[in-house]
Amino acid sequence: MSHLPSLFLTFSLLSLLAVGGGTAVLPEMQTLLLQNFAISHTQFVHIYSIGQIAPGPNMLMVLVIGYQVAGIIGAGVVMFSFFLPSSILCFYAGRLWGRFGESPWRRSVQDALEPISIGLMASGVYAVAKASIVSPITIILALITLFLILKTKINPVLIILTSGLAGLIALQYF
Amino acid sequence: MAEQNATNTADPVTLKDLFIQFFIIGAISFGGGIIAYERILLVEKRKWLSSDQFMAFLAISQTMPGLNSVNLAVLAGDLLRGKLGAFIAVLALIIPGSVFVLALGLLYSENANHPLANDILMGVAASACGLLAAITLRIGGDNWKQIKSVITIVTTFCLMSIAKLALPVVLLIMAPIAIYLYRPRANS
Repeated sequence: MSHLPSLFLTFSLLSLLAVGGGTAVLPEMQTLLLQNFAISHTQFVHIYSIGQIAPGPNMLMVLVIGYQVAGIIGAGVVMFSFFLPSSILCFYAGRLWGRFGESPWRRSVQDALEPISIGLMASGVYAVAKASIVSPITIILALITLFLILKTKINPVLIILTSGLAGLIALQYF
Repeated sequence: MAEQNATNTADPVTLKDLFIQFFIIGAISFGGGIIAYERILLVEKRKWLSSDQFMAFLAISQTMPGLNSVNLAVLAGDLLRGKLGAFIAVLALIIPGSVFVLALGLLYSENANHPLANDILMGVAASACGLLAAITLRIGGDNWKQIKSVITIVTTFCLMSIAKLALPVVLLIMAPIAIYLYRPRANS
């Protein structure tokens, strides 16, 4: 129970820092979760990966983290603290938009945030890779996925599930 | 935005319809592409938004913090049914995936130490890493070809992953620099 206020604060902060979408806060989330809730990097990457199989907005895996830390109430607290602050901010930004209209500075801010959030996503790739690329098999599976996502239109969920099976089979025979 | 509502829709959208439509998107969007589903619903299927309105909403969603798909639901919900509409749209969008992910999370919590589960998760995590790398490359798009973008990307990455600064600090350093680099030009 004592974790709930801390969960709330951590995910509210992450919500407001999520420039350019949720993946930009992955490395910060990984660091904060280890510091505040002793969630290991491997656990974090497992939960993140499981989340990629689910439909809907791609950061819903944060609910599983809430669940791991403080049960179903923890999941509820994380759901509200991760989605509410940024949504309220966007709500009022949307209403003010009508009043101020399109300004050249809005375009500048969006253009400026884009490479920052790509840099943060790259940090996310690095953080996830450190915990998930642990053997030759994992390098091969990651590279095959990278190739298939970039070059084909196969649904990512199918690729991830197949990779899970392939990893299992590879480990049995090598 | 709410005031414009009365003028541009003849039939007011019911909260129930809003809920059902966003719930469907939340339930079928396996493997991402959720913005595309939202565009199909809002612009093509129901014509609740014009194409220009959608692009304007998308721009706001991308500028503000938070998930783009969720922000879009906030803005569309507000336009159609005000504050309650925004709340309902977001809730409907995240409920199906939340139930799904929690069910998987429960399975994970119970089997995390099972050797078989660990072997499967190893492959799943490696693949998720490849997916994230692919998405980063793709979202990067033309940014990889412009020198000022590449400098911003690399500097942000170094501050975050090498210098290991906290995210708020990284943003406080990078945002003013990047906004200066991308400031509006007098002639464009």
